[in-house]
Amino acid sequence: MYNFEFTKPTSIADAVAALADEDAQALGGGQTLIPTMKQRLAMPGTLVSLTGIAEMKGVCRDGDSLAIGGATTHATVAAEAGDYPGLAAMAAHIGDPAVRNRGTIGGSLANNDPSACYPCAALASGATIVTNTREIAADDYFQGLFTTALEEGEIIINVKFPIPEKSNYQKFVQPASRFALVGVMVAKYADGVRVAVTGASEEGVFRWTAAEEALSANFSADAIAGLSVDADGMIGDLHGTPEYRAHLIGVMTKRAVAAAA
Amino acid sequence: MTSISMTVNGKPASGEVEGRTLLVQFLREDLRLTGTHVGCDTSQCGACVVHVNGEAVKACTMFAADADGADVRTIEGMANADGSLGTIQQAFQDHHGLQCGFCTPGMVMSAAALLKDNPKPTEAEIREYLEGNICRCTGYHNIIKAIQAASGQLTAVAAE
Repeated sequence: MYNFEFTKPTSIADAVAALADEDAQALGGGQTLIPTMKQRLAMPGTLVSLTGIAEMKGVCRDGDSLAIGGATTHATVAAEAGDYPGLAAMAAHIGDPAVRNRGTIGGSLANNDPSACYPCAALASGATIVTNTREIAADDYFQGLFTTALEEGEIIINVKFPIPEKSNYQKFVQPASRFALVGVMVAKYADGVRVAVTGASEEGVFRWTAAEEALSANFSADAIAGLSVDADGMIGDLHGTPEYRAHLIGVMTKRAVAAAA
Repeated sequence: MTSISMTVNGKPASGEVEGRTLLVQFLREDLRLTGTHVGCDTSQCGACVVHVNGEAVKACTMFAADADGADVRTIEGMANADGSLGTIQQAFQDHHGLQCGFCTPGMVMSAAALLKDNPKPTEAEIREYLEGNICRCTGYHNIIKAIQAASGQLTAVAAE
């Protein structure tokens, strides 16, 4: 790994100032960035660790929403997001326990890996990503593989998840990486159902709007029995063909609806 | 270079590290605590699991500088004060929970983290918790047995 300067500010203002340097990069829990740096696929001049900022940690109920600090670990969300059980269960199955003790929600959302779980949960929940400068709706935030609406030096302070009436996340795990081969999050709100899919599309996480319409009219697995996803634009690799992934989206969505609580 | 200091197995430890120095490198190369192993260096195998502020983490995927000020525990800190094997270590020996032993430090540290949060885990819970710890010798059965024994749930097997 190339060498770099390491800094660990304790306030958002100090972190933003440190990230003003064009060679600086934010570091969450490092569970993706450190392996990437070991492969010399990233070479920041300065790494700004965000895990020392107390005001960016923790889970807090705010009316009908759950606000989760950007530097909160998956393990903490799994333990403390009980007001939104579908989200807590999703966080409890990311990676493995040691990874969950380091990896953060902000890191996952900023990276926007096409197979990551958090982008799926944020999009299915219609979450709001709160940065140091603005609030971004999940529908506007995810912009393709490893691409988000974040500007250089912009950091995720907190993420607000509206709490659904019912929800569930189903992940078909790629056994070597433990990432989702296909993951589907279903969230039922008073004004309709949202369905987000990760792992499947070459464009990253997306909403399956046909399923949303069918499930908003009738929230049961039978309601989407006749629907299918076009394999065009789905990922094809040694783990599965585009057709296989497209088929799995339907299967995992039905399972998520059946399990939603 | 950055000066860091932390508590390792109850004793103060300090040193000068580069930004890129991993926690596992600091433990093994600077502190000479070579019980923590590097198996894959890609955070898959779990041979490098240590506790940082009481939580299991993969020491190959954390910078030493990020552990500045932390309370770190490694496999060297798992024995009893008199040097005899701790409960989990003894259970691994009693139940043949290791063959080559390379993964064992990480297995013991993960087991300790599990039992701290869940003192009486089911077999399924143990298997799920060890998802990030890979053993290529045992087939896991005896590791599971050892952890069940360490949690006081395997008296019948212990008497075999």
